[in-house]
Amino acid sequence: MSRAWLDLWVGLFVAAGIGALMFLALKVGSMNTVNKDESYQVIAHFDNIGGLKVRAPIKSAGVVVGRVTAISFDDKVYEAEVTMTLEKRYAFPRDSSASILTSGLLGEQYIGLEAGGDDVKLNNGDRVKLTQSAVVLENLIGQFLYSKAQEGAGN
Amino acid sequence: MIAPLRVIARLGRYTLDGISRTGFAARFFLATLLHSGTAFRRFGLTIREIYFAGVLSLIIILVSGLFVGMVLGLQGYETLQTYGSESALGVLVALSLVRELGPVVAGLLFASRAGSAITAEIGLMKATEQLSAMEMMAVDPVARVIAPRFWAGVISMPMLAAMFSAVGIFGGYLVGVVLIGVDEGSFWSQMQDKVDFQADIINGVVKSVVFGIAVTAIALFEGYDAPPTAEGVSGATTRTVVTSSLAILGLDFILTAFMFRGVS
Repeated sequence: MSRAWLDLWVGLFVAAGIGALMFLALKVGSMNTVNKDESYQVIAHFDNIGGLKVRAPIKSAGVVVGRVTAISFDDKVYEAEVTMTLEKRYAFPRDSSASILTSGLLGEQYIGLEAGGDDVKLNNGDRVKLTQSAVVLENLIGQFLYSKAQEGAGN
Repeated sequence: MIAPLRVIARLGRYTLDGISRTGFAARFFLATLLHSGTAFRRFGLTIREIYFAGVLSLIIILVSGLFVGMVLGLQGYETLQTYGSESALGVLVALSLVRELGPVVAGLLFASRAGSAITAEIGLMKATEQLSAMEMMAVDPVARVIAPRFWAGVISMPMLAAMFSAVGIFGGYLVGVVLIGVDEGSFWSQMQDKVDFQADIINGVVKSVVFGIAVTAIALFEGYDAPPTAEGVSGATTRTVVTSSLAILGLDFILTAFMFRGVS
């Protein structure tokens, strides 16, 4: 095989390899990780985070506006501390509320961010004060049984 | 010598052989790296080897990728459908291909298609004393023969793995969307939502580069170390396939344990 054909085939091979990588990068995957320069971080305390995981989406009105970047336990107040990285182009009022929600019945958990009415916006390092914990099924059933029992006692 | 003593003596010889072979392999690998300059200065040599190792492996890689993806589509659909979440088929196919099956299966195929050929070629070069002849002409065989093949393997392997994954995802799309009728929009959009460029695709590429290094280094060493006889070369070829397949699977476990720990 002549040198020119060899070069041509290897060139096609490399082009196909790079094409496959581009396909994987653009069509299959996405840059889910939020860019550091174009984001700001806020903290929220929750009584119970349920099954929330790092990299879970943060949605407002159903649109993904950021990701959970860290989850830790604060042993001063015995609550979970969730660090949320939000995209800089989305600003939220300081009295916005965060709640842990579940997509679908068995889906993954995410944080729903609901805007408040304050004129001051959330800044890097601020804390979201209004939070609502994840719904734990066992507690829900317990409450239900308890209220039923009270109803029975009332009769 | 008494029989039990002979067993112990043999154990000692195997251990010594193993240690000195490992040392020789490390020295050989180092020499290959040191002489890599030639592989890039005379890039024509490397291009020739990319043709033999990469381009000629294309057919087996593409066909097996397509079929692996199609099987993933079928089996994944069967399982996911019982939970009513067949729209997650794209995620299943893409993640299993990009993270594991792409690099590993492409690596195994590369080891048996290209690795064995490299070992046989170099073993025969040694048996027919071509390597010694080169040394007589003051041409370093490691620089002229070994290094271009090494870099050709290292360059080819990630390309082959990426193509395997891409064609596999297309195969999953063919079966899942075109044949079975999973919704096309959710197939692609859920896939894009769940597959992360850095965590999944880049790590898959890193894996395939590591496998490329392992397979080519093992193949070159087995060929260079082969006894210069017909049985010697055939034994070395077998050892290449066995050792590099085991190396791929073992390395894959280690890399996965490091890369995907804590990623949900």
